[in-house]
Amino acid sequence: MTVLTFAALTLREASRRKVLRALAVLTVLLLGLSAWGFHTLVTKEFDGAQLTSGELRLIASQLLNLVMFGLSLIAALGTAFLAGPTLSGEMESGVALSIMARPIRRSTVLAGKWLGLVAFGGGFVALAGVAQFVIVYVTTGYWPTSPVTGLALLAFQTAVLLTLGLLFSTLISPMASGVVAVGLFGATWIAGVVGGVGRGLGNDSVAAVGTVSQVILPTDGLWRAAMYAFQDSTALLQFGGPAVRGGFPFLSDTPLTAAYLAWTVAWTLLVLGLAALVFRRRDL
Amino acid sequence: MNAVWASGLRKRYRKRTAVDGVSFSVARGEVLGLLGPNGAGKTTVIKMMLGLVRPDAGEVMLLGRPVKDPKARAEVGYLPELFRYQPWLTAKEVLDLHVRLAGAAVPEKERRDTLGLVGLGERTGDRVGGFSKGMQQRLGLAVALVARPQFVVLDEPTSALDPVGRADVRDIVLSLKERGVAVLLNSHLIGEVERVCDRVVILDKGRVAASGTLEELLGRSEVRLRLEKLTPEAEARLAQAGPVSRDGETITVALTEPGVDLIPDLVADLVALGVRVHAVEPGRVSLEDRLLDILGSDR
Ligand SMILES: Nc1ncnc2c1ncn2[C@@H]1O[C@H](COP(=O)(O)OP(=O)(O)OP(=O)(O)O)[C@@H](O)[C@H]1O
Ligand SMILES: [Mg+2]
Repeated sequence: MTVLTFAALTLREASRRKVLRALAVLTVLLLGLSAWGFHTLVTKEFDGAQLTSGELRLIASQLLNLVMFGLSLIAALGTAFLAGPTLSGEMESGVALSIMARPIRRSTVLAGKWLGLVAFGGGFVALAGVAQFVIVYVTTGYWPTSPVTGLALLAFQTAVLLTLGLLFSTLISPMASGVVAVGLFGATWIAGVVGGVGRGLGNDSVAAVGTVSQVILPTDGLWRAAMYAFQDSTALLQFGGPAVRGGFPFLSDTPLTAAYLAWTVAWTLLVLGLAALVFRRRDL
Repeated sequence: MNAVWASGLRKRYRKRTAVDGVSFSVARGEVLGLLGPNGAGKTTVIKMMLGLVRPDAGEVMLLGRPVKDPKARAEVGYLPELFRYQPWLTAKEVLDLHVRLAGAAVPEKERRDTLGLVGLGERTGDRVGGFSKGMQQRLGLAVALVARPQFVVLDEPTSALDPVGRADVRDIVLSLKERGVAVLLNSHLIGEVERVCDRVVILDKGRVAASGTLEELLGRSEVRLRLEKLTPEAEARLAQAGPVSRDGETITVALTEPGVDLIPDLVADLVALGVRVHAVEPGRVSLEDRLLDILGSDR
């Protein structure tokens, strides 16, 4: 019951803060740009001929993934900068004093905030994602292979990052927690790309960089699995071949494995549990 | 039963000992004043008492439950020294939230009345972010009072208030006392404490320097007199009221019994005995003097 109170409160906070407006502006900007881009792609002639449908699907897949990456970045930034300040900010300002003097457990507050942030991030991903799919469909006629799975994975990626943000929020200052979470997110993404290049070149030790980072912070693994769900696999098989295996940051050759999904769920619970433990012991 | 009972509280922040073996209790319906210089550990004691800070040692029972049990805080109202409320909520929404978290059934009208009581009746729908400092402290008072508490903890409740607000707080504390609600009041305004508190605990450097009722701490009251035509009968009457000491013209009588009629009765009797009374000056060691005395003695 109290968990839901805090979830609702967190959603209300998100909706009343400037973060939401910034998020909305960025999203509309990105969606607008992508609509224009896709439209140009379809109508433009390359070397005097328009793209064949196969080529178009490959390019649309790639571009869709690129735009979705932009969206996931916005979602990640938005939630990390909401999750970061939420606990540490309240502890610093003193808001937490009067709240925690009520007959409630600290873990309840944490769980409520987590739930609210997950709902916020998930809602954003779903809304912006579907809008993007519609734009691509209207301009190019391409519809992602498994849109629901893909969006769910993106939402999960957001959840993973905000869980990390919450943990940092119990430990360090408001802004630092947001910045560190987003920094780590970016670092794993780059590590993922590096690992992809390693695989493309058949260099195992470089490839391991990506794999290890995907285990330590599962955002990039989820992102790659989400891309896999968005893109057109037949077009990839036909055109991609070895080029797809590896180097391409906006195409993926790795679907989600059950083991990885299980690890990610465990990771999230672990980090959330750790955050609860730290928060419970904190002096306010 | 006690509203709060704390025993052997100890807290270190890194190498600095903030609280060092503090024990005290507040009975139900009692108003306890917590006094002491800056950094004495008052706020830290309050936070440990409410489970906001983990003590390194010691035990706290809050309204009959160990403080580790969140339910112990169900009937506690708290105004922190650092009073801040969600700036993106309105005053009314902040109260609604706290009523909800306290699990109390407080009707709408009573919530509005509480805001009215602290002087925010006309700002209920305004965002807290736009409140002045004093208004935020008033909101904090409303938050502390709204969920029908049995124990109210006020950590410097008047630090940001205007003189009218200070008087309001005094009235609020007195009306809580009347209703049998226990209050712990930490304040640097000694006059405020002296007027409303039954008992006082004085902290210094993390330890209890003195504690007791105001009577116990301040001793008995006294009266200074300037008299003429003092007869032996009159001297006997004076001695009857208490030990007499002379300092030139002035006679000081330390009154042995408390009572409001003591001095007028004494004066009437003296006049009846033919004594000419030039000056009567009732006196009492003020809490402020006593506090400075206590704190000075171990410096
Ligand atoms: N969060 C903290 N970190 C480190 N030291 C602290 C912290 N809180 C309090 N202290 C230290 O504990 C001691 C007691 O502080 P406390 O706030 O309890 O004093 P106080 O009696 O309330 O003083 P004031 O009258 O100024 O409010 C001080 O020496 C202070 O420096
Ligand atoms: Mg203090």
